[in-house]
Amino acid sequence: MSADHLDWLRREGRILIVGASLAGLRAAETLRAEGFTGELTLIGDEPYEPYDRPPLSKSVLLGMASPHHTELPHRWEVDAKWRLGIPASGLDLAAKRVRLADGDEVPYDRLLIATGVRARPWPKEDEARLSGVCVLRTRDDAADLYQRLKAGPRRVFVIGAGFAGSEIASACREMGLAVTVAERAGAPLVGALGGVVGAVAADLQTESGVDLRTHVTVTALEGDSVGRVRAVHLSDESVVEADVVVVSLGSQRNTDWLAGSGLGAGPNGIACDAGCRAFDFRGIVTDDVFVAGDVARSPHALFGYQFLSLEHWGNAVAQAETAAHNMICHGADRRPHLWMPAFWSSMFGVNIKSVGVPPMGDQLMITQGSPAERRFVGVYGYQGRVIAAVSFDSARWLEFYARQIERGAPFPVEFPTMDRRPEGRQPVAADFPDPSLPTHGPTVTLTGYSPADQQLVFHPALH
Amino acid sequence: MRLVVDLNKCQGYAQCAFLAPDVFAMHGEESLVYNPHAPEEQRERLARAVAACPVQAITADGLEDLAGEPGAGAAQEASDVR
Repeated sequence: MSADHLDWLRREGRILIVGASLAGLRAAETLRAEGFTGELTLIGDEPYEPYDRPPLSKSVLLGMASPHHTELPHRWEVDAKWRLGIPASGLDLAAKRVRLADGDEVPYDRLLIATGVRARPWPKEDEARLSGVCVLRTRDDAADLYQRLKAGPRRVFVIGAGFAGSEIASACREMGLAVTVAERAGAPLVGALGGVVGAVAADLQTESGVDLRTHVTVTALEGDSVGRVRAVHLSDESVVEADVVVVSLGSQRNTDWLAGSGLGAGPNGIACDAGCRAFDFRGIVTDDVFVAGDVARSPHALFGYQFLSLEHWGNAVAQAETAAHNMICHGADRRPHLWMPAFWSSMFGVNIKSVGVPPMGDQLMITQGSPAERRFVGVYGYQGRVIAAVSFDSARWLEFYARQIERGAPFPVEFPTMDRRPEGRQPVAADFPDPSLPTHGPTVTLTGYSPADQQLVFHPALH
Repeated sequence: MRLVVDLNKCQGYAQCAFLAPDVFAMHGEESLVYNPHAPEEQRERLARAVAACPVQAITADGLEDLAGEPGAGAAQEASDVR
């Protein structure tokens, strides 16, 4: 691109951001901070200005914060036109326009897509409509669930023991509510952290009084005569009476509105290069469309150039900043988004943190502390190198392991550790579920396209 | 006043929970929970907590009239959508 065009773009171009949550807001701030003075528009499907989601399953359910007040502070004046409460419904790449659900069309010179994910609903629609069947993703969801929990249900049933489901179960126990958790896999958190760490999470739940059911699926939700949920039927033929059911089955990426647009968008997200530029469905990088946050899938040099899709708070911030920077600078000044994956959760009074990509690991080694004490660091190995680490109440070690991952340090780890114990120095299988089997999805997707979603016919070239 | 804590950065030093206990609390040994919408009367304590965080994990707005105080730098400029 010519310098003239870029100068014009920075001065008076039109930048459109679809998605007004964490990534959209941080991108808007970065654009202004880096000198973009043109027209900036943000589209959001919810009628609220950008708010923070992690508190919704923690502080809010613990009664420490209001579900109506988790709006994000602004780090910079964004001086934008906000179109809130209206989802985008289509994209015309050739005409450079985004269509909105109210029929309006918004033209752009550069587009950033940060539409994130939504909660995966209970698949049977009539059962999902029963009063008392909830999901937890938005602030409206949180307000509804909090009210229902405050009303003192006799039992809460949580379907799915991923991070969100486990955090909800933890909050229920703190409120003194009876809670049952059902998980298809053998333990909570196995999709994200594997079976060895999952077993520790299972102990945490049962010791806290959670009625944890593993290796079961929910076959039906039963309502009463006035349409309130009253019982949950399980695949082991048991029936659990509950008046609140929280469906916590992971998330779906908000890419439906891009169907037929020609972008490389599907159920796994929107593919983009390491500089956050979206690919079209032929695998060719677009010039003016950028992607950031949970909906993006980008290749990462540290993890075998696999396309990572990370539902991590820190990724949304870092990717938005990189995308915004790259949107308004010359090719040579562009930066790659090579963020070290990291996330946190807290449940049952334990702080869980991770760096790297645990589901890539096939082996696990406890390097500090002990799982029996619920205070440890586990290091994941993949093909002879350190690929990830997880900590339970030992977060200060993670910075060190992030550096180990960055430099491809050997696994099993060779350095002596401060609190070396006779047990636990041998690597064991990390025990991730077979990825081909359906379980509660991890928040990291390591896949390419779903073959079922193929949008073109492949004809090998004749040479 | 709105605030957010980058819990990737947070190392559980608990300085914020010590300086502004009505806004921040430790939950268990090292998890932090906080009220992302701190009441106005907490302004000064919040500013101190922002300044005291050893890893600078707290971002808050609405502290701009404390400019000159340590920690006000994190507030940047006022929001345009309030």
